[in-house]
Amino acid sequence: MSGTTIYSARKIITMNKSRPTTTHVAVRDGRILATGTLEELSSYGSHTLDERFADKIIMPGFVEGHAHAMEGSLWSKVYCGWFDRADPSGKVWSGVKTIDAIVDRLKEADALLDDPDTPLAGWQLDPIYMDNVRVTREQLDRVSTTRPIGVLHASGHILNVNSKALELAGMLKAGFNSPSIPLGDDGLPTGELKGPEVMTPVGMHVGFERNLLDADEGGLRNFAKLCVRTGTTTITDLASRMDAEAVKMMLNVTAEDSFPIRLMPFRFAMGLTPEELLQEVITFKSRSTDRLRMGQIKIVADGSIQGFSARMRWPGYHNGAPNGLWYIAPEQLSDILHRALDAGVLVHTHTNGDQATQLVLETFEKALRAHPSPDHRFTLQHCQLADAAQFHKAGKLGMCVNLFANHHFYWGDEHYNLTVGPERATRMNACRTALNNGVAMAIHSDAPVTPLSPLFTAWSAVNRITASGRVQGEEEKITVDEALRAITMGAAYTLHLDGEIGSIETGKKADFAILEDDPTACDPANLKDIGVWGTVQGGRIFAAEDQ
Amino acid sequence: MNTALPATVIGGYLGAGKTTLVNNLLRQANGKRLAILVNEFGSLPIDQDLIEAQDDEMITISGGCICCSFGSDLTEALIKLSEITPQPDHVVIEASGVAMPGAIGSSIIVLDRFQLNGIVVLADSTTILDQANDEYIGDTIERQIIDADLIMQTKSDLITSAQSAHLNSWISKINGKAHIVQSSFGNIAMDVVLSAAKIPKETAVSAHSDADYRSVSFNPSSFDDPKELAKTLVRGGFGIIRAKGFVRDHQQNSFLIQIVGNQIDVSEASAQNDPALVCIGHVDQLDVNGLEELFQDEHSK
Repeated sequence: MSGTTIYSARKIITMNKSRPTTTHVAVRDGRILATGTLEELSSYGSHTLDERFADKIIMPGFVEGHAHAMEGSLWSKVYCGWFDRADPSGKVWSGVKTIDAIVDRLKEADALLDDPDTPLAGWQLDPIYMDNVRVTREQLDRVSTTRPIGVLHASGHILNVNSKALELAGMLKAGFNSPSIPLGDDGLPTGELKGPEVMTPVGMHVGFERNLLDADEGGLRNFAKLCVRTGTTTITDLASRMDAEAVKMMLNVTAEDSFPIRLMPFRFAMGLTPEELLQEVITFKSRSTDRLRMGQIKIVADGSIQGFSARMRWPGYHNGAPNGLWYIAPEQLSDILHRALDAGVLVHTHTNGDQATQLVLETFEKALRAHPSPDHRFTLQHCQLADAAQFHKAGKLGMCVNLFANHHFYWGDEHYNLTVGPERATRMNACRTALNNGVAMAIHSDAPVTPLSPLFTAWSAVNRITASGRVQGEEEKITVDEALRAITMGAAYTLHLDGEIGSIETGKKADFAILEDDPTACDPANLKDIGVWGTVQGGRIFAAEDQ
Repeated sequence: MNTALPATVIGGYLGAGKTTLVNNLLRQANGKRLAILVNEFGSLPIDQDLIEAQDDEMITISGGCICCSFGSDLTEALIKLSEITPQPDHVVIEASGVAMPGAIGSSIIVLDRFQLNGIVVLADSTTILDQANDEYIGDTIERQIIDADLIMQTKSDLITSAQSAHLNSWISKINGKAHIVQSSFGNIAMDVVLSAAKIPKETAVSAHSDADYRSVSFNPSSFDDPKELAKTLVRGGFGIIRAKGFVRDHQQNSFLIQIVGNQIDVSEASAQNDPALVCIGHVDQLDVNGLEELFQDEHSK
């Protein structure tokens, strides 16, 4: 028999519009029995009063609608990013600001390895912040000439390696003639490999396995730890290749008693025909558990804006770069959307550039006419450059958007100066316009592209401050309440989970973010700095400090 | 000894005829073990009558050929291919409809065990000019053409020769370096596709003709110097794009002659082989009479 536990709190922010704030929440069988005063909740019968959160703020567990579980796997490698970042154990790694500092950090990791041949890998290098300085194999050779070394850029699309890595891959030779393989004065590759096509053969010698898209077992547990530290209780893995082994592993790991999150992997729409894709996803769906929600599809329509691979409408890129790349043919996009609507399978589509967004809107409109689906929740992911007309259209079509609010901080200055220019940079990730057009909206981190932290993401959407400290797009700011809704009910809605999670009210999962301070009472500029004690997930308590 | 596995990329937009071409190559394989890599498996890219067996990983095709899908990881698929026995003789990669064939070529050049033999891009004669004007995919179509070593106008039987000439000049403006050929129903000599990058532009097909390739075989007796014979074949104005076969010198030593464009490779064969030489060239340019004369002259020496 299971008992009832009543938790008291300094304040409970429920996100339930009928009862926005309260002081107590009763939990039974991992679900919320009710919220209210202690007197009100006592009417439900015998209970245990748990006052451990009496001085805390309880919010619904945060929902991250666009992240990648591989973040957990990346932490087994050396962090080489520009910004300070906390690892799954809570240790904060300081940002490295020069190539010399990166070499030093790699040397420290090198010194901890006994075998001189063991590969060494780093991640999150972003030379954009270092005046786009080029890293060379000679610099990485200063770390070691015996072990292969590779450092992956934050974009995930460039890899720098040392001479040993090139040698092992058979690439330390002259004669390459490809813009993807820059050559030094000696005619040999500089060690910079641009694009997945040329990265993969070397990557596997430096510890970046072939299947970078999926987390491994340890990575998935690490990923869950990051969730606890950031108050996140439900998160997507967008997208996953989900081969049979990976699905088995995910089922096993998420079933562990100590596993603290609900994971929602989206099957990457690649490598299968649309017909097979739908069949496979429907089969996955039937194998879902409470903590592993399978049965959704992720489509990638184009590339990234800062990588100049997003598909842009006129006038294109500010610096004159040629238009980006389609990652799916319009006909194939259409085929999948038709079949998925027909089968009632949820599809989220990555569109960064406004031309990609337009293609998906137009294609989806036709599919929707053919398969009327009043509550489909098909979502535009990133949708960074959409204008008002596109948001209006998305709203009319019942589409949701999940905007990449963190981008303002991390690349806002680059967008202003280089990629899309002042006007379009100012309206990027136009949260205000989305809400004004009645579009269901979430906001996201795209971890590991930017760090997982729903409160930081909310801060980004509220303040729109770039890394250089400028406010970019005053008119597109949203309120703290709207931002908090976006990281709870907003994201839950895009996942069709708004009936189960996203607010604290009777019947929903007992999923809470336990905060040290009240995000609705603090200076909005400090939203990102609110401490997270940990989470409650399905009634189970997870303290960040235990992770 | 260079054991690099030759690979050819076949690109072009959806519906351009890539699958038809692949099936035609398989029908011409004639003992050559082709390994076909396709982006997706389920659409059954291989004609049913060619299939011997099929599982989740691979389709086995009559004559020692195979077909695998590479999904989102071409490099992994290529490495796996290089490890199977018996080794394929040639790898053909069918790119997805929006892929940049040059990028796929990059995947090959970084793999030590492979060599890129060329990029063939297919252009559907009936639709490509409309596609090139499409606001979404127009620039993708042009960039695919830019990447090509050999451009195949497919479904040429469905357009007039004037339309074909117009299309040819449009393609030439986008990519002046590539060889352009016309074809119908995927009909083209396998060797032309598999050695696309090595065919020099000088042998380009005239725009007005219904282009096709022709091959002729000879069973010559013996020669003074097989190397000199190979040079004559290349330089003698016979219109040969590719030739391969065995000849003997007067001492009855057997030599393997391989000609691709103007590249000559003559080596002494380890075993005695019956003399046989196949010459391939464009139907308008291959000087069959001249070749017959050449071999007659040589015979009479």
